[in-house]
Amino acid sequence: MDLTLQVWRQASRTAEGKFVTYEAKDISPDASFLEMLDVVNERLTERGEQPIHFEHDCREGICGSCGMMINGIAHGPAGGTATCQLHMRHFKHGDEIRVEPWRARAFPIIKDLMVDRSPLDMIIQAGGFISVNTGSAVEANTLLIPKAVQDRSMDAAACIQCGACVAQCPNGAAQLFTSAKVAHLGLLPQGQPERYERVVRMVEIMEEHFGSCTMYGECEAVCPKEISIDFIARMNRDYIAAKFKNRKSEANG
Amino acid sequence: MTAAAPATTNVRASWLLGFWHSAIGKKAVMAVTGIFLFVWIFLHMAGNLKVYIGPEHYNAYAGFLITMGAPLLPAKGALYAVRALLLIAVWLHIQAATQLTLMNRRARPVGYANRDYVSAGYAARTMRWGGVIIVLFVIYHLLHLTFGTVHPDFIEHDVYHNFVTGFQVWWVSAFYIVANLALGMHLYHGLWSMFNSLGLSHDRFNSWKRGFATVFALVVTLANISFPIAVLIGVLR
Repeated sequence: MDLTLQVWRQASRTAEGKFVTYEAKDISPDASFLEMLDVVNERLTERGEQPIHFEHDCREGICGSCGMMINGIAHGPAGGTATCQLHMRHFKHGDEIRVEPWRARAFPIIKDLMVDRSPLDMIIQAGGFISVNTGSAVEANTLLIPKAVQDRSMDAAACIQCGACVAQCPNGAAQLFTSAKVAHLGLLPQGQPERYERVVRMVEIMEEHFGSCTMYGECEAVCPKEISIDFIARMNRDYIAAKFKNRKSEANG
Repeated sequence: MTAAAPATTNVRASWLLGFWHSAIGKKAVMAVTGIFLFVWIFLHMAGNLKVYIGPEHYNAYAGFLITMGAPLLPAKGALYAVRALLLIAVWLHIQAATQLTLMNRRARPVGYANRDYVSAGYAARTMRWGGVIIVLFVIYHLLHLTFGTVHPDFIEHDVYHNFVTGFQVWWVSAFYIVANLALGMHLYHGLWSMFNSLGLSHDRFNSWKRGFATVFALVVTLANISFPIAVLIGVLR
């Protein structure tokens, strides 16, 4: 199939960027979106031009490295998929495809389609962990966790930190990401001791960098792991509860 | 994670302020004030339905609002208390909305060349400008039927007369209809999203939220729109 791409090219964080049009001819419908870009890049390199920069690693939808706005939708039109798992059979011969990087103040462009997503790491550093002495693994049946709780925690833990929720959100909010990280620990017994401290710390860092939630539901719709916005409600509940629970201890501290 | 010292020193005085400073706190305030405003709007609509029973009933109801709470409260005492609460609720609702909107604009200084919406509906995307329309309408509505400033033939305490002669002007009625459609859209998204702002999510009732918001938005909008239409087609005269 033959396609016309309009790709955002930007040489560096501070450089002016612009859309550049590329013809992508003879693309296999079985190629992934990234493989299609590889073909285009191969031809650019042969012509002595700079290839299009984009982030990628596992190419099997589990690492969270790749991601771009494809025709105005994060990770493209397929739904429930990362860009690497989006196949060209979702497009038609002759299609024009516009490719843009994630856009948010918190995600400055490094080059072309590659952005710096460090603020997501900062949210994790603020509380996305449990404090335990590491050592040999604990016997698995020491802590019994109901199956329904395990499943829900795993639904949240499926987040691969790709940033599509932020990119798609009209408010540039990272609520879906943060709420998933808050929930996957907050649901399990191991996460209880720091449950309320954790949500406050993570939300505070989140709000320094990102927008706020108005329940558009866009994040849920593009999330490659189909994480539910119900986790956002859960985070709000824990945050509000934390503010009331902690006010005495904070005042005495 | 060891307990670190809180960032602010005077936490005792500022925990409520801190809650207000967080976006989640502001959304909770918007939800609570939104619920209060919705309950008021619903009662306002329900009270106005008495206009269909007849002028005596309608004017008697308006009289009741003045003496409400008697003999414990003086005339108009409860009325002004409710008005004061409304003013506070509207103020907090708008201030939070404005500050959050600015926060969200800052979060994405450079927009997309073209973006597509996957799930955000028209109601969700028009909350802000819809809110502006509602505010402008409320100001007009107060000058029109509460204070009578912009009413062509205002008679103090004859609310039925003011109601009918007010809506006989076609463009006034048209404005009321448009504003109430905006209110309906605002309620359609607001009544649904307030549950999430307050953290109310449960598998058993999550599927009811959409229906709840739709039904109440429809009831309020249809009843409110029926008033100017009833006057224009001559059902109320």
